[in-house]
Amino acid sequence: MTKQEALYQYLLQLGDNALIQSHRLSEWCSKGPILEEDLALTNIALDYIGRAQNLLHYAGEVEGKGQSADQLAYRRPEHQYYNNLIAEMPKGDFAFTIAKQLLISTYELLLYTELCHSKDETLAGIAGKAIKEVRYHWTHSRDWCYRLGKGTVLSNELLQQAVNDLWMYTGEQFEMGAEEELMLKEVIGCDNKALQNKWLEMVETVLSDSNIKIPTATYNQSGGRKGIHTENMGHILSEMQYLQRAYPEAIW
Amino acid sequence: MDAIAIENAFQEKIDKDLNIEPKDQMPEKYRLHLIRQISQHAHSEVIGMQPEGNWITRAPSLRSKQILLAKIQDEGGHGLYLYSAAETLGISREEMIEQLHSGKAKYSNIFNYPSLNWADIGAIGWLVDGAAIVNQVSLQRTSYGPYARAMVRICKEESFHQRQGYEIMANMMKGTNEQKAMAQDAMNRWWWPSLMMFGPHDSDSPNSGNAFKWKIKRQSNDVLRQRFIDKTVQQAEVIGLSIPDKDLKWNEEKQCYDHGEINWEEFNQVINGNGPCNKQRMAHHIKYHNEGAWVREAAAAYQKHINELN
Ligand SMILES: [Fe+2]
Ligand SMILES: [Fe+2]
Repeated sequence: MTKQEALYQYLLQLGDNALIQSHRLSEWCSKGPILEEDLALTNIALDYIGRAQNLLHYAGEVEGKGQSADQLAYRRPEHQYYNNLIAEMPKGDFAFTIAKQLLISTYELLLYTELCHSKDETLAGIAGKAIKEVRYHWTHSRDWCYRLGKGTVLSNELLQQAVNDLWMYTGEQFEMGAEEELMLKEVIGCDNKALQNKWLEMVETVLSDSNIKIPTATYNQSGGRKGIHTENMGHILSEMQYLQRAYPEAIW
Repeated sequence: MDAIAIENAFQEKIDKDLNIEPKDQMPEKYRLHLIRQISQHAHSEVIGMQPEGNWITRAPSLRSKQILLAKIQDEGGHGLYLYSAAETLGISREEMIEQLHSGKAKYSNIFNYPSLNWADIGAIGWLVDGAAIVNQVSLQRTSYGPYARAMVRICKEESFHQRQGYEIMANMMKGTNEQKAMAQDAMNRWWWPSLMMFGPHDSDSPNSGNAFKWKIKRQSNDVLRQRFIDKTVQQAEVIGLSIPDKDLKWNEEKQCYDHGEINWEEFNQVINGNGPCNKQRMAHHIKYHNEGAWVREAAAAYQKHINELN
């Protein structure tokens, strides 16, 4: 694997995480528990679309075959998407979305802090913009964890259930593929493994402050980096790619 | 002051073109008229998120998804300003939502039509927001201060939406034959309902007397409708869309377009609950409002808990 190939792959991973998470959050549109939250969740979705656009655009440039961000977002087959499985989990109820956002944003907070120092200036620039957004996403989900965790018996149960159900998809975030090892060596990417302890500490703090127990199960499901997804992914893509696939000649 | 004195002082203010503010004394009928109108307007912004939201996960490019999502978010924001404006008249958002669910409060008929192809997103922005702007520009001078100010803020965003919608239509008309057909199909379905957004002919709207006297309404339905038609027909021509009205023609003498008769039978059917999506829109709003109840309860319980600690 060349450095260029590894960077391309690395950018696709980052871009796909943003793309798929934006898709799930955008499903909240007109379905929020209160209008303000409808807007807050779609606002986060908008940040993710912007980030996906930047990362996929740059991926296309690095690959050098003239693929646009849209071509990468809308025309790849399922097994060529490399997002973490947690991103593609269905939107679920509000507790599920909040728990998911906390688990992802905590990781992204650590990841993008590191990537701000990437030797690749374009990536560092994208990370610099992303980190400001991620701080807001993290705070938003933390505050809702407090409200749900300490709100009512029901809200506490639903948040606990969501954390339990998502837990097996959190470990994947800290895996290192061959391309990530190469990116780490080149001081372009970051050492995911090194983030895990800090991640756990941060998540534990928020959850225990929310009266939520950390799951004890240790089984982890992964596969996203290799393009092996959950059954959800095909359905996401069949919606997302519908117009691009049905009218391949059209420019939108 | 007795009721007559209040009303006289109030009307004097109105006649001098002064704004009425929340703390000012106002006739009860004025207050109720405004609550009805502003809450209907707020509900329209919110219910309007549904037909557009229908295409979010199928938007065909990252940019179009971004524009659409931001647009729907703006509409939700308009809903928030308007709920706040109505709250200054002594009604809570929760009460307004109850009135929506019970059928006591209405929302714009236009959102009872379905969004069936991607060009509908263009048509909604261009025609529906376009029609809304004509109405709202006029409402910037409405007599109730908080409503007028909300309209100033909202109008700025609506004109963006209108341009973005038109851009979608223009691009599709430059595209493949299939795209052109989608654009014309959307035009055919949204044109007449857009004209209906202005309400019945002036000769058939007997209730607008007070609205004019109190300067809540500043221009008549037909005047506003005509303004919309005149600006929109030209925009359609530029991009090659035809208007689905065989009677539409330029009237040299009046310097405006004459149009064919609006199907008021359809208008009345939709108002009375028999439009293609009336039941769906209301069921959607009720479902998600109810599903969110436990979240609102949790937030309230947590807030109470925090207040007790402090
Ligand atoms: Fe609006
Ligand atoms: Fe709008």
